[in-house]
Amino acid sequence: MFRLLGEYLFLLYEIFKRPDKGPVFRRQLLVEFVGLGVDSIGIVAIISVFTGAIVAIQTAYNIDSPLIPLTMVGFTTRQMMILEFSPTIISLILAGKVGSRIASEIGTMRVTEQIDALRVMGVNPANYLILPKITASMLFNPVLIIFSIVVGIWGGWFACIVTGLVASTDFIAGLRGWFEPFTVTYAMIKTVVFAFIIASVSGFLGYNVDGGSVEVGRASTRAVVVSSILIIFFDLILTQLLLV
Amino acid sequence: MIQVQDINKSFATHQVLNKVSTVFEKGKTNLIIGQSGSGKTVLMKCCIGLVEPDEGVISFDTRPFSALPEKKKRDIRKEMGVLFQGGALFDSFNVEQNVMFPLNMFTDMTFEEKLERVNFCLKRVNLENVNKLFPSEISGGMMKRVAIARAISNNPSYLFCDEPNSGLDPKTAEVIDQLISEITEEYNITTVINTHDMNSVLQIGQKINFLYKGNLWWKGDKNTILHTDNQELNDFVFSTELTRRLRK
Repeated sequence: MFRLLGEYLFLLYEIFKRPDKGPVFRRQLLVEFVGLGVDSIGIVAIISVFTGAIVAIQTAYNIDSPLIPLTMVGFTTRQMMILEFSPTIISLILAGKVGSRIASEIGTMRVTEQIDALRVMGVNPANYLILPKITASMLFNPVLIIFSIVVGIWGGWFACIVTGLVASTDFIAGLRGWFEPFTVTYAMIKTVVFAFIIASVSGFLGYNVDGGSVEVGRASTRAVVVSSILIIFFDLILTQLLLV
Repeated sequence: MIQVQDINKSFATHQVLNKVSTVFEKGKTNLIIGQSGSGKTVLMKCCIGLVEPDEGVISFDTRPFSALPEKKKRDIRKEMGVLFQGGALFDSFNVEQNVMFPLNMFTDMTFEEKLERVNFCLKRVNLENVNKLFPSEISGGMMKRVAIARAISNNPSYLFCDEPNSGLDPKTAEVIDQLISEITEEYNITTVINTHDMNSVLQIGQKINFLYKGNLWWKGDKNTILHTDNQELNDFVFSTELTRRLRK
C-alpha cells in the first residue's frame, strides 16, 4: 500500500516536470480535450437529462403535504444537480469512460514498447503522455459539469411539464429561490479534484502495466474501481471541509 | 564507440549477465548473438538504459552512461536510435508523424524542413507514398522500415536493433539487414544488433559477440564463426538441419 503510494507520488513528480517542448505539449493538450472532453459530451447530456427528470419526478411524488409548496421541486432539482449529481455522479461515469480509456491506452503503449521507445529517445514518457491528460481533464471537466447541471435542470423542468406534476412557473420560481453561489464553487472544486484523481490514477495504473493484453484489461478495470472509490472518499472529505 | 566493462545483472537470485565486457565499434555492425535466455536482450537494455546494471560501466565515446544522472542520460539518449522488436511505432500517429516525432521533440526545424527530412529518411528505407498510412495499415516489413526511418531521422550516433528480423520472411529480412548495414557505413554509426538469425550473422556480422548463459563466450566475425572449435558456439550456429547439412 505505502509502496504503491510512493510509486504514485514519484510518478507525479515525473509528470509535473516542465514539458520537453511547449508546442508539442499544446498539440497533445488539444488532442486530449477532444478525446477526454468533447467525446464525453453525449453521454454526459443523456445521463444528466434523465437524472434531472428523475430527481424532479421523485421530489414531486414525495411532496404529500399541502404545506410544502411545489416550488420545492425546482429548488430541489437545482440543489441536487449542483451539489451532488453533476459533480459526483458524472465524475463516476467519467471514471468509467475516461479512466478506462487512459489506462488501456497507456497500458497498451507500455506492453508494445512504445513507452520504452519514448524513453530511449530522451523523452520523459510520464510527462509527455500523462500531463496533457491530467491538464485536459482538470480544465474541461468543469465545463462538462456546468453543462450537466444546465441540462439536468432542463430535464427536470421538461419532465414536470410533460407529466403535468408541477407547473412551469412553480418550477422556475423554485429554481430561482434561495440560491447560494458558493454551491457552484463547491461543485467546481469537487470536479477539479475528481478530474485529477481520474486522470492521474488511471495514468499511473496504465503506466505500470507489466505483461500483455490480460494485464492491460486488468489495469483498465482497476483504474475504474480505484478512481470510483477515491471519488466517493474525497467527496465525503470535501463535503465535510467545504459545507459543514 | 560503446565500451561495456564488467557488467553484472541479476533478477532476484538469477544471474543474467556475468562480468560481460566488450567494445562495439564505430561504423561497424556489432552483433550480440545467443540462445533465448542467454542475456542478450538484457545486455542491450543495459546499453540503452532501460535496465540498470548491478555492476560495471557502459561508456558512449568515453562518457560513462550508466553512472550519469537521469537528466544527463537523456542527453546521450537523444543521440541514440532504437529499433524495437515489434517496431514500437506510435499507433495514434501516421507514418509521417512517427518519423517526424524526434524532429518535433529535439529540433527547431520548420515544418517544411522536417517534412523534407522525413521524406528523405523514408526514401532511404525504400518507402515512398506511405506518409499518411497508420501503423495498423502497413505490413510487418514496412513497420520495421518505418521504425528504422524514425531511428535515423535525427542523425543518431548509435543505432540499436533488437531482433530486427523477427517475424519477417527471409527475403524481407535480408532487405532489412542490408539496409541497417548500409546506413551504418554511410553515416558512420555505432550499430548494435541483437539477433539469433544466422542469416543476419553471416550477412552483416562485422563484429560478433556470442553470449552463453550470461557470459561473453566468444568474439569474432562472420568469417571466423564457421571455423571455430568452441563447442557451445557450434551447437548454436549449427542447431538447424539446414546449417548442419551446409556444414557437411
